[in-house]
Amino acid sequence: MNKQNTVKEPFIHITRRVSIKPVYSILIRLGAIVAALIVSGLMAFLLIEKLSQNPEKIGQYYISLVKGSFSNGEMTWKFFKNTAVLLCISLALTPAFRMRFWNIGAEGQTLMGVFGAISVSFYLGGKIPESLLIVLMFVGALICGAVWGLIPAIFKAFFNTNETLFTLMLNYIATFFVSFFLLKWVPSGNALGILEHGWLPTPIHNYFLIIAVVAIMTVVLFIYLYYSKHGYEINVVGESINTANYIGINVKKVIIRTMLLSGVLCGLAGFLIGAGLDHSITSETVGGRGFTAILVSWLAYFNPLIMALMAGLVVFLEMGAEQISQTFDVQGAIPKVIVGTILFFIIGCEFFINYEIHFRKSHKEEA
Amino acid sequence: MEKNVAIQMKNISKAFGSKVANSHVDLTVCRGEILAVLGENGCGKTSLMNMLAGIYFPDEGQIFVDGKEVVIASPKDAFDHKIGMIHQHFKLVDIFTAAENIVLGIDEEGRYNINDVNSRVSAIADKYGFHIDPKKKIYDMSVSEKQTVEIIKVLYRGADILILDEPTAVLTPQETTRLFAVLRAMKADGKSIIIITHKLHEVLSISDRVAVLRAGTHIATVDTASTNESELTEMMVGKKVVLNIDRAEPKNPEPRLVVKNIRSVDEDGNEVLKGISFTANAGEILGIAGIAGSGQRELLETIAGLHPSNVGDVIFHSPKKNKPVSYFHKSYEKVLELSKENKFHYENGERVDFTGMRRKDIKKLVNDEKVLFDEDELIDLRDKTPLQIRELGVRLSFVPEDRLGMGLVGNMDITDNMMLRSYRKGDSIFVNRQKPKALAEDIVSSLEVSTPGLSTPVRKLSGGNVQKVLVGREIALSPKVLMAAYPVRGLDINSSYLIYNLLNKQKENGVAVIFVGEDLDVLLGLCDRIMVLNSGKITGILDGRTATKEEIGFLMTKTDGMGEEKHE
Repeated sequence: MNKQNTVKEPFIHITRRVSIKPVYSILIRLGAIVAALIVSGLMAFLLIEKLSQNPEKIGQYYISLVKGSFSNGEMTWKFFKNTAVLLCISLALTPAFRMRFWNIGAEGQTLMGVFGAISVSFYLGGKIPESLLIVLMFVGALICGAVWGLIPAIFKAFFNTNETLFTLMLNYIATFFVSFFLLKWVPSGNALGILEHGWLPTPIHNYFLIIAVVAIMTVVLFIYLYYSKHGYEINVVGESINTANYIGINVKKVIIRTMLLSGVLCGLAGFLIGAGLDHSITSETVGGRGFTAILVSWLAYFNPLIMALMAGLVVFLEMGAEQISQTFDVQGAIPKVIVGTILFFIIGCEFFINYEIHFRKSHKEEA
Repeated sequence: MEKNVAIQMKNISKAFGSKVANSHVDLTVCRGEILAVLGENGCGKTSLMNMLAGIYFPDEGQIFVDGKEVVIASPKDAFDHKIGMIHQHFKLVDIFTAAENIVLGIDEEGRYNINDVNSRVSAIADKYGFHIDPKKKIYDMSVSEKQTVEIIKVLYRGADILILDEPTAVLTPQETTRLFAVLRAMKADGKSIIIITHKLHEVLSISDRVAVLRAGTHIATVDTASTNESELTEMMVGKKVVLNIDRAEPKNPEPRLVVKNIRSVDEDGNEVLKGISFTANAGEILGIAGIAGSGQRELLETIAGLHPSNVGDVIFHSPKKNKPVSYFHKSYEKVLELSKENKFHYENGERVDFTGMRRKDIKKLVNDEKVLFDEDELIDLRDKTPLQIRELGVRLSFVPEDRLGMGLVGNMDITDNMMLRSYRKGDSIFVNRQKPKALAEDIVSSLEVSTPGLSTPVRKLSGGNVQKVLVGREIALSPKVLMAAYPVRGLDINSSYLIYNLLNKQKENGVAVIFVGEDLDVLLGLCDRIMVLNSGKITGILDGRTATKEEIGFLMTKTDGMGEEKHE
């Protein structure tokens, strides 16, 4: 057969996989993690001076990565605490995401939750019994989170505004809102300092309660999303508003209800941060976790149980990177580069799970 | 063969993932002939042609143009070999004129001169007998005019080989006749024409040869003159099929749904329903014919409570005559109110009078089914939401045109899709998947839905199976009114006949069936009455047993002025 002409055939082409065996998808993911570790090691080797001068210390690099989270008991508690807080915010976003409502305002909603808790403690601390104070802080946090979630929901439901822009902008408003009150509370402009009242009880360990609350919340939210009528409605609205209308779901109601839930859960995260950890507030209290949570929720395909693992992974990387920067005495962007490299592989491997790549067959073979 | 071979496809294969679209297909087209590519939906007709048009690249095989092997890796390559394809879905810029669309994307020498283009377009149109105004904007055009633009676009680029993908799907019989005349003129001019279709009578009337595909493979290419409908069907389907639709006489038809003077506007404020009035009878199939976009969708959606209507009535006749008054709508007040209006009688014919009776006694009488309705209950459905309609106890089923976008949720499995209609039942906050699962199993086995399992997302099923799931669910509601919009669009012959039989069975059970169709042969074979819609108005309601295609086609395209006269 004359095959000269076919040289113009594209060298690779990409097709969508119809389905993939679970074994393969696990193998691809494992492969991605191995590749991520190797490449991040190489990056570290190139970027960290101490390492490029002493290549034998490469083992130390990987040890530091693990030690960041698990060097001792206290570190392990800290790892689980950080995971719990990140997971809590990720879970809060999930009902909205399953409804294809792209709420990227968890940063602001959580900050408002912290504000709700701290402002109650600031004004009422010492004036009423501790237990009542904590309850009021809890309610305050949930209400503030809920309001911040409801505003974009109402606008989306009634005016079909773009929720992504709306929730993003509300983040800035929340930041300035908190800054305004900080100036009001501490006119000198200094930090607020640790408040003495309204501390969550600490059975077993400082962090135990937080971890337990988030663990329970994970399971409850999983059941809510997968087995309740509300969860089913969220899915239908997310998949197709036309179908939802067709079967008589009140779409506006579902949007508002779901964002209310999302906001309330952000408020809960804010309460845990405010009353359980920081006992204070700055405009930076949430520290970007509201944005990291978006990544975690997506990585887990909006499944709360997988989300627990993904939140753990992200926290593990962050804490590991911190340890690396201590061990090798580097600052700045290098730890972030390492985290970014690893995440790049983990997220990038999804492409190979969803698509298949075909290379042009050898011509000799065909002839 | 004495004619010159224009295109030869040899041993062409193409797969998408694990799905084989074409496997080792050979096909030849000569100069000056019309070749029909016939096959059921999903048999690989369009993907085969897309490989000629440069949209897909074959996995295997060779293509020869005028005896020379060529590589067609892009639509531009196809044009270089003078191959042009007219796709099923038009690709035109709405706010441009016909001529502007035609020259769009052509890289010509010299300055762009629209007047020159206009006259060249007109010259092409005159040559083959098209009617077109080059300066008309696309948004002002009918579907058939848009198709003309697409064809001229291809001719303008100098194509000798034209591929038309289901060109008649959107045309009325008259427009089809006109298109065929043009195709014959082009053939006489020495052009090669490939027409993709699944309509047998069109194949027989226009083509010189027919290539039949089935499940991605080439079954045979035969001369049209030497074949007939049943032979072609057998090749297409792989077995003998009886092409008759049973049509039973309606049994005691009585009004079930009375629509009076419905008017409605779309999102842009254009009036889409301009005073529609008709009655759908129980035990009868009412067909709705009309060119696409004449208001069919809006009419059904208005009845189903999905489209607002500002004027008119949609009255549902709930068959209650001589049936016991259930404690309906859970509303004691409603029962009292109706009794005051003297609407009930006892089994012995005595009038019901609740005055002076205690609530408890009334409740007992009603619950013991001692109180009967005098007449059917009339329920106005206009401006009710789908949920309110259901809560009123009106069993109205609706198979919408957009199956995966409205009737079903593509990413959910069959069980969860069954649940769409029933998930609200019960007071529990949790969904109960037991009954929907049983229903899903039942539908899969009774309608022979081919699926890997109940947990497969429905979007992964073929069109026919998706439709079986949807129609199965809607029929499972034991409806009183069943509305189906284009229920067989995209379905293979066997699935289509299964759907016709299901509709017929519903009709025999006394359901008022409303069937919106596009294939006039089917409408004439299935429906008892056929209502013709034309730009939001009814231009006629015909008897399905005596009407002809030409009559319907005439009513479908009648100009506004004439419609107005007749209607008023």
